[in-house]
Amino acid sequence: MAHAAVSVPGMQADGPPAGTIERPDFQIVPRAGLGIVAVVLALLIAAIAANELWPLAFLHFVGGAAWTIIDLFLGFVLGPILGRLSIPARIELTTRLMPKMVLIMPTVVTVTLAAGWQLGNHLGTVQSSYYLHGWLVASYIVVGIMAVIALGLLEPANIAVLVELKKPHPNPQVIERLMKRFIYTAGATGVMQIATLVIMAKLTVG
Amino acid sequence: MSERRLPPVTQLGMLSLALIVAGGIYLAAHLPHQVPLTPAIVLLAVSALLLAGNLASLARVPDFPWQRFFEIARWALLAYIVIAGMIEYAFLRDHVSGGALVVLTLSLVVFAVHVPILIGFTVARYDTSEESSVGGMPA
Repeated sequence: MAHAAVSVPGMQADGPPAGTIERPDFQIVPRAGLGIVAVVLALLIAAIAANELWPLAFLHFVGGAAWTIIDLFLGFVLGPILGRLSIPARIELTTRLMPKMVLIMPTVVTVTLAAGWQLGNHLGTVQSSYYLHGWLVASYIVVGIMAVIALGLLEPANIAVLVELKKPHPNPQVIERLMKRFIYTAGATGVMQIATLVIMAKLTVG
Repeated sequence: MSERRLPPVTQLGMLSLALIVAGGIYLAAHLPHQVPLTPAIVLLAVSALLLAGNLASLARVPDFPWQRFFEIARWALLAYIVIAGMIEYAFLRDHVSGGALVVLTLSLVVFAVHVPILIGFTVARYDTSEESSVGGMPA
């Protein structure tokens, strides 16, 4: 496996030359995962085409649970831990975690929203005559805000930090700045996810 | 960390996406009733103008690393075309038609173009001329 070095001013390391940190080679978009994404999207298309309750509910629940848990875990558990790790450990974790996030998050979000919309159509809950319509519109707004944060800040930061780490001479300041942006926005969407949980619990019990 | 002076591409991009989302929520919140499309059209038009403005302002940045920008943005564009295609498929499956379909489709176009621009911009703004192309993107 190829390695590269990240320069860190003033830092002494044992293996590589002074002031540099080894980082493992990695793919920004893990090619092995693309097949899994294709299968998941194919299942989503099949579920929407069939318009059957079980597959739509399954994809919406699994996707929604994954989205919520990942956001909460990243924002409130892994984020603070990442901030306290040594720079070599942080870089190693980043190079292993972030490429997976490039594939997982867009897939999970697409599956959750597309299956959820179709499920709402199937059940009739997206109709404005539905007695909890206000709660549903509130969920649109919460998801909309999360989507704008994720698409405008989180996803670009994710890609940018990986591209920076892929360079022959990554800039630690850029990585630090982008990782902060990633973790803060994950925390913000984590807070929004709590609102989603409240709304979905209300929609479930009526 | 020295940075080149850049226009507020991310801020305008997020505003543009927020307008698209607001238009979508406006239409979705009134189903199955026909509602005036004017508010959604206005939101879409402003969002598209912000997209055009973002591209125009970026085009005026001297020595902007366009090679790096396109290297990233084209793959992101491919990914977001797939995502937008899935959403469009759901609209067609649910028999959305007429003016609402046109507005929603054009909104998806703005979405599928603007997100890759934001990703490409965020990567390119930290580009330094001596760095070579990234090898990890699926190329």
